[in-house]
Amino acid sequence: MTTSAGTEGLLRELAPRVLGAVVRRYGHFADAEDAVQEALLAAATTWPADGKPDDPLAWLIRVASRRMADSYRRDDARRRREDLAFSWSLTQPEPVPAHDDTLILMLMCCHPSLTPASAIPLTLRAVGGLSTREIAAAFLVPEATMAQRISRAKARIKASDEPFALPPPGTGGERLRSVLHVLYLIFNEGYAASSGPDLARTDLSGEAIRLARDIHAALPGDAEVTGLLALMLLTDARRPARTRADGELVPLAEQDRALWDRRLVAEGVALITEALRRGQVGEYQLQAAVAAVHDQAAGHASTDWAEILALYGLLERMTGNPMVTLNRAVAAAMAHGPAAGLALLDGLGDRLGDHHRLHSVRAHLLELAGDTRAAAGEFQAAAARTTNVREQHYLTMKAARLSADSLRPGNTEGAGSG
Amino acid sequence: MRFMLMQNYGSVESDCPPMSQWTPEEIKAHIDFQHALNAELLERGELVDAQGLTGPELAKFVVSDGVSAPVITDGPFPESKELLAGYRIVDVETAERALEIAAWASAAPGVNGVPIRQWIEVREVMSAPDPEV
Repeated sequence: MTTSAGTEGLLRELAPRVLGAVVRRYGHFADAEDAVQEALLAAATTWPADGKPDDPLAWLIRVASRRMADSYRRDDARRRREDLAFSWSLTQPEPVPAHDDTLILMLMCCHPSLTPASAIPLTLRAVGGLSTREIAAAFLVPEATMAQRISRAKARIKASDEPFALPPPGTGGERLRSVLHVLYLIFNEGYAASSGPDLARTDLSGEAIRLARDIHAALPGDAEVTGLLALMLLTDARRPARTRADGELVPLAEQDRALWDRRLVAEGVALITEALRRGQVGEYQLQAAVAAVHDQAAGHASTDWAEILALYGLLERMTGNPMVTLNRAVAAAMAHGPAAGLALLDGLGDRLGDHHRLHSVRAHLLELAGDTRAAAGEFQAAAARTTNVREQHYLTMKAARLSADSLRPGNTEGAGSG
Repeated sequence: MRFMLMQNYGSVESDCPPMSQWTPEEIKAHIDFQHALNAELLERGELVDAQGLTGPELAKFVVSDGVSAPVITDGPFPESKELLAGYRIVDVETAERALEIAAWASAAPGVNGVPIRQWIEVREVMSAPDPEV
């Protein structure tokens, strides 16, 4: 099946260029997107059998344009026929670098009228070139549901009458923030689900990295874009060590660092170093910097926790996000002892409520402090509140292990956790 | 024929204590059993869906007359043992096969590997009308 796998990769790569060309020629983003999707499906079914055309990009643009003309011919609206008659005169697509199409399309898909939940599948289809079936499988919903989510998202963009172009000056920064957020969410969705029984799911992390590379190519001078790409690579580098063969989670402290992808680490470290040198520090760069410190450490204990503590301090001031405070508490515990970490957790309950992460961090710090019994209780509380089944298994096992330890005679002083 | 096989919290026939009192090995054996059961159903082309639900701590009850603000009740609930813990949907040739799968699921291992004899509720999912009718 190498032929069809090769076709699939090529089609995903060409998708934004085809859509960019068709929208630039005919306008009507929503209709063009449908036409391109049909052209991609036609290619996926005919190319592996008949062979790839000499100029695959031109083939796809031609087929998509024909689909568009066919659908307009069926349509009564005079305005549309006039539009089309006019647009036929513009035959040559402008020579635009491929990554610019990706950027413009992503800015359109991450439209302010859309929530991330609608922008994500639209981005994956329009820019990523994935089929509705693949996206539905990735998010574990029926294909019809996903198709509907995408067409409703397109209808909203259509209603907003946005031209196919870069956003007006002054609004681009905010839109780019949404693009980065959507890519970050796609990456995390893939990362949380990767491995185990979900192997058949589309590799969303890989798709997010591919699109982030394109955005980085279009905007090489943007430090946050670089930071996000670095963050993804530095996180993805640890993926091979993150789950056991049976699908159970392995926490960072226990991962076999020999399994980490050194090539991705090197690329990520180079990117984040370059981004930080520009002095426009942002959230993704700080998160990438933390990931880089972990990825370069020889072991969990020998990690430069003081550096991580300082980075989380900056991130906390920048975002005010209580989840960052949780991470800072872990770093404080590793740098200055568990009491320092536990002190940072005081009062967080008011802001985080009964969140499972608060329980699990407190559990880890209590375990470090040697309070095995209390740690077991907190692991249990975290397990009862998490929404991730793998994490639930991990937390339940931790609780059971610590309960067994605390019952063992002469082991009340806290077992060394090695 | 599609069936939904449901299991609630705490509805076990054995005198097995709650999972929080099991050893790590017992928990692992239980989880492995569930994975193996799903893998077998998948392999036989019978698995439609298998999901565990988040715990009773996160459960909410909602009631509304469609006009005024809905009434939303948070836990803890006194009858949390009756809440749904998870379900499987299977697509099988016969009702007997659905019962067979339910029996298999019921005998999941607990303390010392002894089957917990969990009650499984078996319900056929309504199907589309027969085209002949």
